[in-house]
Amino acid sequence: MDRTEPPSSASLSRRRFMVYSVAATTLTVAAPLACTSSPAQGAEPARAGSDVLVTGTDEEMLVLEVTAANHIVVRLPRAEVGQGITTAVAMMIAEELDARLADVRIPLADARTKGNQYTGGSSSVSSLYAPARHLAATARARLVTAAARRWHLPAWSLRTRDTMVVAPDGRTATFGSLTESAARIRRTAVPSRPKPASRHRVIGRPTTRIDARDIVTGQAKYAGDLAVAGVKPTVVARPPTLRGKLVSVDDRAARALPGVHAVVRLPGGVAVVADTFHQAFRARDALRLTWAPGPLAGLSDAQIRARLKAAVPRLGTPPRGSTPVSGEFAFAFVSHAPMEVLTAVADVRADHAELWFSSQTPMDARDAVAAAVGMRPSAVRVHVVRGGGSFGRRLNFDAAIEAALVSKAARRPVKLMWSRSDDIRHGRMRPASHHRIRASVAGGRVVAFEQVTASVAESGDGTGLSAQGGVSSLSGPRPSDTGLYNFGRTSGDSGGIELAVPLGAWRSVDSGTVRTAEEIVVDEIARSLGQDPVAFRRTTLRNKRVRAVLDKVAAAGDWGRAMPEGTAQGVAVHEEYGSCVACLAEIDTRDPKSPRVTKVVMAADVGIAVNPRGLEAQLMGTAIDGISVVLQAGLHIDRGAVREGSFADFRYARQRQAPLTFEAHILPSTGEPGGAGELGVPAASGAVANAYARATGTVPRTFPLTF
Amino acid sequence: MRSYSFTLNGRPVTVEAPADMPLLWVLRDLLGVTGPKYGCGVGVCRACTSHLDGAEIQPCTVPLADCANRTVTTIEGLADGDTLHPVQQAWLDCDVAQCGFCQPGQIMAAAALLKRTPHPTDSDIDTIENICRCGTYARIREAIKKAAENGG
Repeated sequence: MDRTEPPSSASLSRRRFMVYSVAATTLTVAAPLACTSSPAQGAEPARAGSDVLVTGTDEEMLVLEVTAANHIVVRLPRAEVGQGITTAVAMMIAEELDARLADVRIPLADARTKGNQYTGGSSSVSSLYAPARHLAATARARLVTAAARRWHLPAWSLRTRDTMVVAPDGRTATFGSLTESAARIRRTAVPSRPKPASRHRVIGRPTTRIDARDIVTGQAKYAGDLAVAGVKPTVVARPPTLRGKLVSVDDRAARALPGVHAVVRLPGGVAVVADTFHQAFRARDALRLTWAPGPLAGLSDAQIRARLKAAVPRLGTPPRGSTPVSGEFAFAFVSHAPMEVLTAVADVRADHAELWFSSQTPMDARDAVAAAVGMRPSAVRVHVVRGGGSFGRRLNFDAAIEAALVSKAARRPVKLMWSRSDDIRHGRMRPASHHRIRASVAGGRVVAFEQVTASVAESGDGTGLSAQGGVSSLSGPRPSDTGLYNFGRTSGDSGGIELAVPLGAWRSVDSGTVRTAEEIVVDEIARSLGQDPVAFRRTTLRNKRVRAVLDKVAAAGDWGRAMPEGTAQGVAVHEEYGSCVACLAEIDTRDPKSPRVTKVVMAADVGIAVNPRGLEAQLMGTAIDGISVVLQAGLHIDRGAVREGSFADFRYARQRQAPLTFEAHILPSTGEPGGAGELGVPAASGAVANAYARATGTVPRTFPLTF
Repeated sequence: MRSYSFTLNGRPVTVEAPADMPLLWVLRDLLGVTGPKYGCGVGVCRACTSHLDGAEIQPCTVPLADCANRTVTTIEGLADGDTLHPVQQAWLDCDVAQCGFCQPGQIMAAAALLKRTPHPTDSDIDTIENICRCGTYARIREAIKKAAENGG
């Protein structure tokens, strides 16, 4: 392996990239995923002019191969769960290579042994933007150099387009036809720097998903659609309460049913392996099981809410002479409920195992599966499959561990699927939380702002003191993040209670509650000062980027227009992941049982927006999340069990609750890309809540509002 | 076990299976047709939406026996060879999908709506019950209107 260090451009002065060539018969280059000025760990700079492949280093790199069939292949160490990362990366590669987007293939990488293979925190585009472009720019320089040698022409005279090199006389050579000779090139005759943003023709152009046709024709394959030889459908009987314990199993009737192959006890239930899912569900229902109540069996929402309220730390002392504007907020548990229920295919043999499922954390999943089945991690191969939504749910890999255990016990490959009621009744949840906010107003402005919170944390085995609801300070939302506004002294604190409930990070994590509550209070402060919510935010926001997105929605959404009684506009902003967003929502509450958000206008500044159409889609999704969790979708806990069990009662928004008009405005920017996938949730939630408050003259405090 | 014959995406098929086996599992587990997705099994998420004799059904709640000697169309059978159905084309043009899991069902529901109501109003579109957890509803609405213009 040798290395060339492209000169760093001004905008990338702190991000200098090594790009390595990998010894292969086709052009293969690799760039470290971590942004660093030194070579990737384990990669040894080779002697000048040599061609050494340092094995193992590609594990933590982004690797690009130009195939003889003229495809550009980059195995992506990220999950595609609908957020469009494969399309965004394909665009970065196509941009710098001057390749046709259709020639770029972005399969998902299997679980690696080291490096960054984490999909979360809205970090994928920002972590891949530099390495992907440097990688492709280096590959392009090698291909051009190879063509120059072939044609005996100066390299500077050659151009690239449509996955080929073009000579001044019109001759062309596809990248595929050059890949073998380009693989041997060590010194390029043209620069291998990525283009300046001003020359981008693919990045920044609204682009259709690369998998759109597969999706609309039903060809896109999720874990449950894979045809793994001999694989048997598997479902799991689960307890009536959260984490209930199995007392006895009588599986004689179930085993006697046609098509049933195995019944396997698991830590969380009893699995049935059959020829079809119909037979598996039948046999599951024929199991005669007795369960001991779970650790929360005595607990319902009212007690949980009371304990949370009691666990909120005290507010500090307000500045002398100030007037408080206060609010106390409660958020219910919320299910992730991705459309594709958790599904994992596992084939566990005596000395190795192979699994297929969608995972945001495949390296952790591999290690956990290995531990569960008693193998070395290196004996476990995890194939990452496209996921049918996630919203944070696929950070955890509950179904994969279960599938591996069942496959091992049943000695056959299994396709284990959670039912929808498994997903909602036993799946992970956004923690319920309680928030107290106090803004201190003096002299017509906010001089202090404090938020204290408590949220539910997941206790370990669900048997200890903490499972009884003991107060814990171990977790909970981050302290109030009010850096957004000039609110004087800002402070915060968090507490929590531990419960034996399955929890997980839900799109936008703590910001989804903490910042939503704050945006509601910001409106209430404005009202107390007799100011318009947009005007008040304009004068108190610190960052002009945030002001710009706010101005955009106010102008595009015709803020302040006259509206009939019972209808109103609401607005909110949010800043995170190096990006910012504003949302304006219009709501019609004239049918109090089913308020409808009729219009949503969002504006975002995410730095360079690689795919504006993909960004618009992410904002659109967060608008529906905001509508759902603020107005109607949540989970109740009744005596230790989740009451809801399907989309019939977990009321995530449907078309009739979605806005009739949706607009997203992407502000032009030359800044490096920030995060976008989760960005919109707090702004959309806040705008919907504020619109509801203005339309009804109420103060929204417990969410969802119609629950 | 009895055998049942029906037409699936233009081809005759015969399966030996229990009369009460939901069509969804007949399609997915016996016939390898995986376009219709499981999302709830009780007909409320509608990710499996397909057509029976041209009308919308949720195969997770339709027993096999009800399909005997009838015509079943799944997302795989909607296009005319390589020529996409106008609804599929509109979905592509509007880049509706995100994760894509519900979209076969959404497309089949939209195609059935347009068959009943060639020029649907917003209220007509609101009657589509299919859940999209990614929240693509605005593009679904836009795509249905576009498909209606194009004779979907």
